[in-house]
Amino acid sequence: MRAFLTTCLVLLLALPAWAEVEIKEVTSPKGIKAWLVEDHSIPFTALELRFRGGTSLDAPDKRGAVYLMTGLIEEGAGDLDARAYARELEALAASFDYDASDDTVSISAQFLSENRDEVADLLRKTLHQPRFDIDAVERVRAQVLSGLRSDAKNPNDIAGLAFSQMAYGDHPYGANGKGTIESVSALTRDDIIAAYEGVFARDRLFVGAVGDITAEELGILLDQLLADFPETGAPIPGKADVTIDGGVSVVEFDTPQSVALFGQRGIDRHDPEFFAAYILNQIMGGGSLESRLMREVREERGLTYGVYSYLVPKDLASVYMGSVASGNDRIAEAITVVRDQWADIAENGVTQKELDDAKTYLTGAYPLRFDGNSRIASILAGMQMDDLPIDYIATRNEKVNAVTLEDVNRVAGELLDPEGLHFTVVGKPVGLEG
Amino acid sequence: MIRSLVGGAALALMLPVWASAEDEAVTTFTLDNGMEVVVVEDHRAPVVQHMVWYRAGSADEPVGSSGVAHFLEHLLFKATDTLASGELSATVAANGGRDNAFTSFDYTAYFQRVAADRLDLMMQMEADRMRNIRLTERDIETERDVILEERNQRTENNPRALFGEQMRAAQYLNHRYGVPIIGWRHEMEELDMDDALSFYQTYYAPNNAILVVTGDVDPEEVRVLAGKHYGVIPANPDLPERLRSQEPPQNAARRLTYKDPRVAQPYVQRSYLAPERNPGDQKTAAALYLLSELLGGGTTSYLNETLQFDQKKAVYAGASYGGVSLDNTTFSLFVVPTEGVSLQEAEDAMDQAVADFIAAGVNEDDLERIKMQLRAAQVYARDNVDGIGNRYGRALASGLTVEDVQEWPDLLQAVTGEEIIAAARDLFRPEASVTGWLMRDEEVTQ
Repeated sequence: MRAFLTTCLVLLLALPAWAEVEIKEVTSPKGIKAWLVEDHSIPFTALELRFRGGTSLDAPDKRGAVYLMTGLIEEGAGDLDARAYARELEALAASFDYDASDDTVSISAQFLSENRDEVADLLRKTLHQPRFDIDAVERVRAQVLSGLRSDAKNPNDIAGLAFSQMAYGDHPYGANGKGTIESVSALTRDDIIAAYEGVFARDRLFVGAVGDITAEELGILLDQLLADFPETGAPIPGKADVTIDGGVSVVEFDTPQSVALFGQRGIDRHDPEFFAAYILNQIMGGGSLESRLMREVREERGLTYGVYSYLVPKDLASVYMGSVASGNDRIAEAITVVRDQWADIAENGVTQKELDDAKTYLTGAYPLRFDGNSRIASILAGMQMDDLPIDYIATRNEKVNAVTLEDVNRVAGELLDPEGLHFTVVGKPVGLEG
Repeated sequence: MIRSLVGGAALALMLPVWASAEDEAVTTFTLDNGMEVVVVEDHRAPVVQHMVWYRAGSADEPVGSSGVAHFLEHLLFKATDTLASGELSATVAANGGRDNAFTSFDYTAYFQRVAADRLDLMMQMEADRMRNIRLTERDIETERDVILEERNQRTENNPRALFGEQMRAAQYLNHRYGVPIIGWRHEMEELDMDDALSFYQTYYAPNNAILVVTGDVDPEEVRVLAGKHYGVIPANPDLPERLRSQEPPQNAARRLTYKDPRVAQPYVQRSYLAPERNPGDQKTAAALYLLSELLGGGTTSYLNETLQFDQKKAVYAGASYGGVSLDNTTFSLFVVPTEGVSLQEAEDAMDQAVADFIAAGVNEDDLERIKMQLRAAQVYARDNVDGIGNRYGRALASGLTVEDVQEWPDLLQAVTGEEIIAAARDLFRPEASVTGWLMRDEEVTQ
């Protein structure tokens, strides 16, 4: 079986599977740029619009304005109130999904070829004539407040917020992007309009399109949807100072299973060592049952259902995070095992076999990501936000394969900081002080 | 063909059945040992998803061993005669793929998603663990701890999940659907090697399995490979007939309150025992599906129009109906009240809205909008062949046939407003319902 596998791997590395994804850069008549993958096999198009900035654009006393505004975009536009708007969208069988994260506001649209023009009219109206009717503001505000109250009793959300506050302090990253009960309750319609005007601008726009649309048709659509946005929007805040001290902090919450979020300083997406760190993380806790953390915490000891680690290279700060959940009487042991693995790899590195396995997984799995129009449109927008070249897909696996054992283990020694690793635990953990 | 004959497989010489469903390139056939095969082609990317579905879920478990179907699912990632513990997943990963499995009331399914030229290896390993797992006592002990932590994570830490468990237990008086898929904690703690192996030996056999392959594959090639790997496994002649204890007539409306200090947002939920999709007989289920969309499917649904927009009593409202089920399923309504609206007011408003909806009859524009979306969904679905494969696997494992799956979209389009109202009148019998309030502790005294 082993010999058979070796043959397969050689074949796999030679497979130009990603050659299928041919990306064109399209520039509209009015100068909007987009990346396009044309595929006419199914009569619909996926369009991804991203605006850099996100909830980090909120002023300190207006936390949650961008998030609430994003929720209100689909609540009526032009001559259509919220209900008429929803009917119109349903009748066209299109979907527009909105999301606000700390770096980005995104709009993911999917529409049939047969009524593309009507959908374009509606999406233009949505983006340029949102009504923000008072009754809609109150209704969606109540939904956001309901969500905030639920988050306040969810161990994962409690841990996430506590960790962010510790790591980022007064920077917008340290606040909840959805706002607080107090800040959201105080937001006015004018605040919503200010958030709208701050978010949507051409200088921070990234577009991916995939499906049954030509470059020329896309250019016309882009101008219709986006050319009338102002050149610039609200200023994007500066970088965050990441302050994470090692140790454990406990947020008491009466629930049977403790949730631990852990993290330390991270590595920038554009750091020359990023690929080595990315592979290192795959080996540490990248998600598979074979990762060090999964093997030691779950497979060997049965201490958890899932333990993961992940690099978080945001626009304004980078951290290295992870999570594990165990019964209150077992979480202390799980934390010890995680910290031991952190120390072990920092000191002893990973093995050649671990590196080889991680590389074959990462290079083999990469082409499997490009599996659907919406998924690919999202990747195209993300690549542009990360400032990656348009031929990146064809060269990415070479970059993974170029990383050596020395590279990974040097980065492990530099990056992994078992003493600086902080665990924020939510629950009633036994044997943990913090 | 020659290779598979050498391998001992005699393949059924059935011609492929092409889907009538628009443009879904579906081929189905059955191996001689009774294993059904579904192939869905999509040649846009060199990727394949390989799945094996067993007609064995938590509702097939012996009394007292709740959770064993899911426990066994975890244990299938341990050793076999030829694979070390964890080697299957490691091999999938080393080939750039990912694998996982899931368990439900009516089925357990295993899958790998990998480059298309790895299908042979995936089938070899999956066929191996259909008959050849080798468990140790340490596997049992460690993995039992893992599923208990999984229950902690999914259920014990989540008041909504605990509430849902109580709702189901009250809904089903006699059927195993009243027992949670993951199991009751006290029974999970007692699961042992014999429980796992007994379930395995009874149900894991080709004549109880469905192979679903989707992606960049040629059905002929799948036929040959399936014969080589699965065709050689003998059918289990002692496979029990799939008979479960059925519900008696339900004659008493049930109510429950679940109180938990971790509840942030109280809500009211109502579930009704409901007919499921049956082979050759899916018209009522189609009407119920459209009823759930009309009542609670989205912003424009009747409950949201009435309770969220007009009366401003609800933050959200909704309805859900899961028609793919071997035995009687449920139809549920829920209302999340706005601040200051009590659960009793929310429940009363919900009941009034449902009564008004039935009295008024179906708005034809609303129905047509939903049907338009369903037609469009068939176009969007072709972007995700794995989803199409899942649809077949779930249906076949839940007692439906390939023809039932293919007729379903047309049945939905043919349903009339009158049929929906008639189905609603039959469905909403208080005696077959459970009404639940999810509450904070402090509300007990109000």
